[in-house]
Amino acid sequence: MAAGKFDFALAIGGEAGQGIATPGNIMARLFIRRGLHLNAYNAYQSIVRGGHIFLTIRVSEEPVYTHGDKLDLIVCLNQDTMDRHLGLLGDDTRILFNSDTITPGEGAKGVGICPIPVSELTQSRNRLIQNTVGVGATCSLMGLDFSILEESLTARFARQGQSVVDENVGVAKAGYEYAAKNFEAFPVALPGNPHHLAQWAGNEAIGMGAAAAGVKFYAAYPMSPSTGVLHWFAQNARDLGIMVRQVEDEIAAANMVIGAAQTGTRAMTATSGGGFALMTEAVGAAAMMEIPVVMVNVQRAGPSTGVPTKTEQGDLWQVLGASQGDFPRLIVAPTSALDMFNTIPEIFNLVDHYQCPGLVLSDLLISEGTFSVDPDAINMNPTIDRGELITEDSTQNGYNRYQNTESGIAPRAVPGTKGYIHVVSTDEHDEDGSLISDEFTNPYKRRASVERRARKFSDILERVAAPELQGPKDAEVTLIGWGSSEGAIREAVELLEDRGVTANRLQVKWMVPLHSDAISAVVNSAKCAIIVENNHSGQFYRYLRSETGLTIDKHIRKYDGEPFMPHHIADGAQEILAGKADTFVPYQEVNV
Amino acid sequence: MTTGTIELKASDFKSGINPDWCPGCGDFGVLNSLQRACAELGLQPHQILTVSGIGCSSNLPGYINSYGMHTLHGRSLAFASGAKLSNHDLTVIATGGDGDGYGIGGNHLTHTARRNVDITYIVMNNQVYGLTTGQISPTSRLDMKTKSTPFGNVESPINPITSAIMSGATYVARAFSGDIRHTTAIIKGAIEHKGFSLVDIFSPCVTFNLDNSNDFFKERVTKLEDQNHDIGDWKAACEKAIEWGSTINIGLFYQDPDSKSLGAREPVLNDGPLSSRTLGITEDQTKKLLGRMM
Ligand SMILES: Cc1ncc(C[n+]2csc(CCOP(=O)(O)OP(=O)(O)O)c2C)c(N)n1
Ligand code: SF4
Repeated sequence: MAAGKFDFALAIGGEAGQGIATPGNIMARLFIRRGLHLNAYNAYQSIVRGGHIFLTIRVSEEPVYTHGDKLDLIVCLNQDTMDRHLGLLGDDTRILFNSDTITPGEGAKGVGICPIPVSELTQSRNRLIQNTVGVGATCSLMGLDFSILEESLTARFARQGQSVVDENVGVAKAGYEYAAKNFEAFPVALPGNPHHLAQWAGNEAIGMGAAAAGVKFYAAYPMSPSTGVLHWFAQNARDLGIMVRQVEDEIAAANMVIGAAQTGTRAMTATSGGGFALMTEAVGAAAMMEIPVVMVNVQRAGPSTGVPTKTEQGDLWQVLGASQGDFPRLIVAPTSALDMFNTIPEIFNLVDHYQCPGLVLSDLLISEGTFSVDPDAINMNPTIDRGELITEDSTQNGYNRYQNTESGIAPRAVPGTKGYIHVVSTDEHDEDGSLISDEFTNPYKRRASVERRARKFSDILERVAAPELQGPKDAEVTLIGWGSSEGAIREAVELLEDRGVTANRLQVKWMVPLHSDAISAVVNSAKCAIIVENNHSGQFYRYLRSETGLTIDKHIRKYDGEPFMPHHIADGAQEILAGKADTFVPYQEVNV
Repeated sequence: MTTGTIELKASDFKSGINPDWCPGCGDFGVLNSLQRACAELGLQPHQILTVSGIGCSSNLPGYINSYGMHTLHGRSLAFASGAKLSNHDLTVIATGGDGDGYGIGGNHLTHTARRNVDITYIVMNNQVYGLTTGQISPTSRLDMKTKSTPFGNVESPINPITSAIMSGATYVARAFSGDIRHTTAIIKGAIEHKGFSLVDIFSPCVTFNLDNSNDFFKERVTKLEDQNHDIGDWKAACEKAIEWGSTINIGLFYQDPDSKSLGAREPVLNDGPLSSRTLGITEDQTKKLLGRMM
């Protein structure tokens, strides 16, 4: 643990089915209730029982943007965890394990080996009980008063009855006392702050943002790592008056959402790359009919089925090119869970204004990570702007749904409204909606339609914020990232500073529209610009080059399925600065 | 329905656009029957939404005076479901061809039927792909010669009626576009039905399927209404549906009298259509959401 601010990382490892989530949740909740910030990442595998899971929870007095670079304590629920991860521990760390079933390995100097004879401490036959013993011992090592844990266990198990509460409190206490007697606690006790924080996973932030934006219709087909969004909606549907449907496939989900949106309802769907592949025809349909919808692609490692439980920034070109034809769309890659929450209402306002599809890129790192958030930062009443939407009846005739207006945007009437009858169609159409794809094909009208749809976006750059350079202007190195890598890059900059290297950073969020000028200005004045991407081929770099003509030959790329840790980027920047590499691919130490 | 509205005639349901179907195409009879059904039911054009896929038959929304969505090939039921669930005050009618509905869109048909979304689905079944100039469809007969089966079709056709019944559709009927009065009655029943209804209509393609012509059907169609058929008996309905020879049955095969549509089962719709709700989250709702996160 670094001197100064409290910054501690706890990991729990075991196999799927061993119930890692429960101690993880108990500890996380305990932390946020003490007003501490947390950032948790669960490295897991696509398996329901067995395999290996490694949950890292980093807790700090100050906001933390990644799950960090180092571990202070590992709780092993099986031998595999001991074997795989003991080597990650260094000075002043501890490893806790059930000595009935796990034999310790050879730890480095400074690693406190903490065996707990679980069967001696409890008579319970419940094999999950070792988790609670572990939680008790963890709290002891972290210098927490037992009453705090008791309170949190009581709240957690109250619904299952007093006997369950008693059993859990009892074994937690046994673990707590055993650890207090036999192991050396960490030198700095867990601090506390009276202002309670909240926690959410990125997928919950997506659901909350959508609800705040006024989404009333959500349809989806389960696909990791986007399924959490469906679960959030399903859980809250009745309370919030939202229609939530799990449908037959992603094709149905996307097209249903467009059908709902056509009647004036804000509607959304989320999926991962494979499901988004099935949605692509619908993207073009929304663009052609000019119906505002939002589709979220939570990226995972591809191609094809790929690695369902691992992360990647590999779908940028997929969304850039989704659907045949030549048409404008909006694409945004928010940079954190809170940014995701705030961006969903923003993109809904934009798609309503421009009457177009909006695509949001998340990834496993944001969507399935758990993060603390200050409840005061969650604004559930964002501005809602429906754009030019007609819902009042009229006696006037001659409505043209696709009027060739100066701005390109034509007021949109919804079915059920008197006086505005029209047909929207995926075939090319005239101003009144009649087809110009068959008998009435007309090159002049076709050209006018294409130009009008494109013209709608002429002022788009003014409506979305440009990325801003963070840090000293004359830094030795400029780290450029996009989407979810913001946290890791931010902490890499701090790490570089500690190592005596000045760095600044530019995080790009809006892919379309792309603030080419702002980005070019930063790149052109950078001493050493490095693009950081969680993919192999440099998707963002290739896109940036195609839009700006910029050539950048320094890259840090990672494509092993795991996200960047700050030191991966800092190490890469130093290697590149030293002229040892142009493209640096970090080594992933945590093996799950 | 809305009060004080004037009664409309079938001709009031004509849009300003003349169909570009081949002269003699069966789809004219379907359009005509649908327009009559809407008039006879006293529907108002702005309260109707017709949703189609892609194909000759799928051009229908352009020809009827109602709101319309002319969507993607095979996807009409998905769009229509979204629209109906979002504004259940609308009368939602999906239309299209047999390729659109039973081929590329087959998955949606099964699930929309099972879900019992309150949509009327009219399939203009010409047993061929018209718009793409004559290939086999999922309802083309064995041995049929088309451009994609120059040596004869070696695949068996599906039976849309039995498939729909097995999928859980709650109103399943067949009609023949050459009999406008009967087709109108069947469509009216389908629109009035609370739940998903499939109306499969023989609608001959005079250009690409000369086997299943107007005369072919005229000689064979026999109305179930004249046969003492029990519409509540799904097994009898299936037996009637698979008869295919000198007699081919048309009419209402099956209706579930206790049908409860998805909209009626979903409590979220109790407060009226989603499309007319005020957007935003109340303070109580916010408190509850935040409470769960702390
Ligand atoms: C995804 C996709 N695949 C193929 C097509 C080409 N296509 C248009 S209509 C059609 C089939 C039409 O047959 P049917 O649905 O029976 O309608 P009909 O023209 O006979 O009325 C096909 C294959 C398309 N528009 N979209
Ligand atoms: S090709 Fe066949 S289905 Fe299409 S319009 Fe002509 S007759 Fe009708």
